[in-house]
Amino acid sequence: MAAEPATTPSQTIGPFFGMAGGIPWPDGPEVVPEGTAGAIRISGVLRDGAGNPVPDGVVEIWQADEHGRFDHPDDPRPGRTDFPGFGRSCTDAEGRFWFRTVKPGTLPTRDGRTEAPHLNVTVLARGMLDRVVTRIYFADEQRANETDPVLSTVDPERRGTLIADRDATDGSDQDGDQYRIDIHLQGADETVFFAV
Amino acid sequence: MTGKPETDTPTRLALPRYPSDAGVHPPLNTPEYGSSRLRHPKQPLQLLPQNLTEVTGPLLGHSRVGELDHDLTAQHPGEPQGQRILVSGQVRDSDGRGVPHTLIELWQANAGGRYAHDGDRHPAPLDPNFTGVGRCLTDADGNYRFITIMPGAYPWRNHDNAWRPAHLHFSLFGRAFTQRLITQMYFPGDPLFFQDPIFHSVPDPAARERMICRFDLDTTVPEWALSYKFDIVLRGREATPFEEEDDD
Repeated sequence: MAAEPATTPSQTIGPFFGMAGGIPWPDGPEVVPEGTAGAIRISGVLRDGAGNPVPDGVVEIWQADEHGRFDHPDDPRPGRTDFPGFGRSCTDAEGRFWFRTVKPGTLPTRDGRTEAPHLNVTVLARGMLDRVVTRIYFADEQRANETDPVLSTVDPERRGTLIADRDATDGSDQDGDQYRIDIHLQGADETVFFAV
Repeated sequence: MTGKPETDTPTRLALPRYPSDAGVHPPLNTPEYGSSRLRHPKQPLQLLPQNLTEVTGPLLGHSRVGELDHDLTAQHPGEPQGQRILVSGQVRDSDGRGVPHTLIELWQANAGGRYAHDGDRHPAPLDPNFTGVGRCLTDADGNYRFITIMPGAYPWRNHDNAWRPAHLHFSLFGRAFTQRLITQMYFPGDPLFFQDPIFHSVPDPAARERMICRFDLDTTVPEWALSYKFDIVLRGREATPFEEEDDD
């Protein structure tokens, strides 16, 4: 067995990251500005193993643009984008998080397969000594989801925890299509989390 | 418009790989840290192959950092109470390469062990000249430097007579989603280590030591501020232009 790399260990983000000017960026949830063509809104609630909302958590997303491009030197494909791709939402007193972004395009894998549109998600909170990683897929991308190389390896009974549903009940309709996904850290509806 | 990506030919993509360092980090289920009980997944983690979304990440540049954000003693009209300190070091990956121009976020308690946060009920005074929030970008070689004050220890309710050792919180992005890190920096010789379940949640004692900074006389500024060095090591990056053989 190879030795572990000598990296710096993770510690919890703790209860006090929410100081003014700190982790809660005023524009954190806004990956794209209000009024952007094709913008979508994704929202949900972060819950603990008792089903209670987590009011001191942080949800971060990282994603490609609508054409499946990243503004990053390690994306070796031709074509450029200046899409920021990163969002950060600190949960409120009811555990809610939200993002305004665009639905990303599909992505090629190393071995020539195609990943369905998805966001990578980091969840941090008091009580969590390390981040957890999950993904958000989209219910209205059923065909792409069926052949996605990650989703297809997930137990079909738990796949739904990774898929955001279209949601007509959220009132903030200026942000275009609404999607809803809750993140359950533990319990009967526990979200699928990944080792990356 | 951004190119014509829909017709990518299915050639193999040359992407870097970030070998796992999972054993370095604390188990999410650490019963001694009471708040972890309802906040750790019980199902096993599923392996996420490293493709484009994993080997890229936000490269947050100068727009996120103000000129005085690295100096936590200069954000108010007066000087904060406490021992002025410098905290500097290098952000690098585990293969020794500096991580250039990467965002570091820092937050901490004041000299009395109180955070400028509504949720902190510790009866120690707030300091009108200290918020305790900083940011900076590393330079071209991965180096960074903050000016701040020594944070105080503070009590919490995890167990009987529980106190957190003095610490600074750090948030790092590196250059890829795989490298995201939230950690805490501790000070050498802290008498509170033995009873702290967060510090001890890291299973390997040698890894625990990597969270402790080092006092450095060479960079201490005479008649002004003590200096501590703290290098932060993120996951290494193997640039692999060709697919590796799975021969193990």
